[in-house]
Amino acid sequence: MGEAAATTPAWIQLGYLVAAVCFILALKALSSPRTARVGNLIGAAGATLAVLLTFVAARPQHLWAILGAIALGAVAGVVAARRVVMTAMPQLVAIFNGVGGAAAALVALIEVGELGSTGTAARIATAFTVLVGAVSFSGSAVTFGKLQALLPGRPIVVPQVRYVYGGALVVTLAAAVVLILTGSTIVGVILAVLALGVGVLLVLPVGGADVPIVISLLNAFTGLSVAASGYLLGNTLLLVAGTLVGAAGSLLTRLMAQAMGRRVTTILFGALLGTSTQGRTVESTRPVKSAGPDDIAVLLGYARRVVVVPGYGLAVAQAQHALKELADALAARGIEVVYAIHPVAGRMPGHMNVLLAEANVPYEQLAEMDAVNPEFPATDVALVVGANDVVNPAARKPFGSPIAGMPILDVDQAKAVVFLKRSMRPGFAGIENDLLYNPKTTLLFGDAKESLTKLVAALKAV
Amino acid sequence: MIQGIALLTIFVLSAFTGYEVISKVSTILHTPLMSGANAIHGVILVGAVLVAGQARTSLELWVGLIAVFLATLNMVGGFVVTDRMLEMFRSRTPERPEKADRHG
Repeated sequence: MGEAAATTPAWIQLGYLVAAVCFILALKALSSPRTARVGNLIGAAGATLAVLLTFVAARPQHLWAILGAIALGAVAGVVAARRVVMTAMPQLVAIFNGVGGAAAALVALIEVGELGSTGTAARIATAFTVLVGAVSFSGSAVTFGKLQALLPGRPIVVPQVRYVYGGALVVTLAAAVVLILTGSTIVGVILAVLALGVGVLLVLPVGGADVPIVISLLNAFTGLSVAASGYLLGNTLLLVAGTLVGAAGSLLTRLMAQAMGRRVTTILFGALLGTSTQGRTVESTRPVKSAGPDDIAVLLGYARRVVVVPGYGLAVAQAQHALKELADALAARGIEVVYAIHPVAGRMPGHMNVLLAEANVPYEQLAEMDAVNPEFPATDVALVVGANDVVNPAARKPFGSPIAGMPILDVDQAKAVVFLKRSMRPGFAGIENDLLYNPKTTLLFGDAKESLTKLVAALKAV
Repeated sequence: MIQGIALLTIFVLSAFTGYEVISKVSTILHTPLMSGANAIHGVILVGAVLVAGQARTSLELWVGLIAVFLATLNMVGGFVVTDRMLEMFRSRTPERPEKADRHG
């Protein structure tokens, strides 16, 4: 450690300082809607500056091979980020986060061979980087699997869970200690493999609805692992940038959890302590009331106030434009239409705002949960489009359900509730919604986009 | 030892800065902020370039190049996807009153 810092010219260090300031300004600007986009560009400028300075200062060997790897990564990154559909964005962020953690772990694994007999502090930093980077990588891979429906969204609990966890933790920490004592690359690799397993164990028991919070947490993890690698390499920029993300990510994780009425410890260890029950994925056979588009159109057409509750199903069906068409048709009849946005509707906080903004839904029609909840008793029809968990009254019970304690939209207080649903399958959290069997609930089965288009047509005849 | 203390100081001050700087974020920006912060730690690319550039064996070089590739993916992809998310917020910005007056 310190070797690189000692030989880095002062003006390069100053350039790194500029980049670090860019990152602080970027985070600051990203916290406000008006400056967010500029903030992101400032961050990108800071990162580009830092990489350019590194090439000038370090004059790396294997220049063309490195430039080739950068070109490949850049092309893959741009293509993935541009091509991804809005609904799959959370998965993509999870992947980007995971590969960042993997990069940090690999950097530390190479560097451990170079350390020689230098201080214990550098070896602690190495062990930390490898451990946390690898956990972030495999954890992100599991969140990807859950969001992409490659793995079930419900919590997965391995048998004898406490012993498996305890054992994995002890073995991994032991490997970390051996690495700190010996500085052996082989032990580093073993530690990385063990940490990959820990990451999987950490995320598997997390319920589907909590996955976004875990992505945020793993994001903070990667930040900390980058910070530790900065210590290892004697590079202040990595230290500052990693720590900034680690701290901001930790706070963001807490804020997200608060928005859902959850605690981070419950999310991670709830399944271990048995406080969360496993969800169901089978279809229920209890009787429900369903109707055709014509009946629903009558119900909507003679309402005075309609509250639309969009959810992930809307995003999957790409039905945001059809929804806006229906809302406009209702508004043209003098009906008051409001969109009720649950903070975590969709797969990530703010997901619905992004989707509806894409369909040019006016800002004034979007109402946040706290503003809209008191108005449900005065609402004639609550139109739930592809949402489920965020309106599930089971969340009001203090425990016994994976979403217990999550604030919900009180649609059950509206005079009538209409669900547009594909099937009777439960929502992402894998729990049944009693509201579906409520006498004032009517279901319209089918693809959200088709159903909405049919409703718009049927409304003309009303 | 002094350098160790200096780095520790930087670490602690950065932690406070990171915590303070986003403490007033609104719920709708949680996702873009997470994604933007995610892109920032892609700067591990700096570390990856440093170790790949000093690689002495071909194994080290290959591992280093993989790290460079992954870090670039994190950094470039992260910033681009964040920009795409924020692009959607354009129409959300309320029109300024004087501008609306001019239109009619």
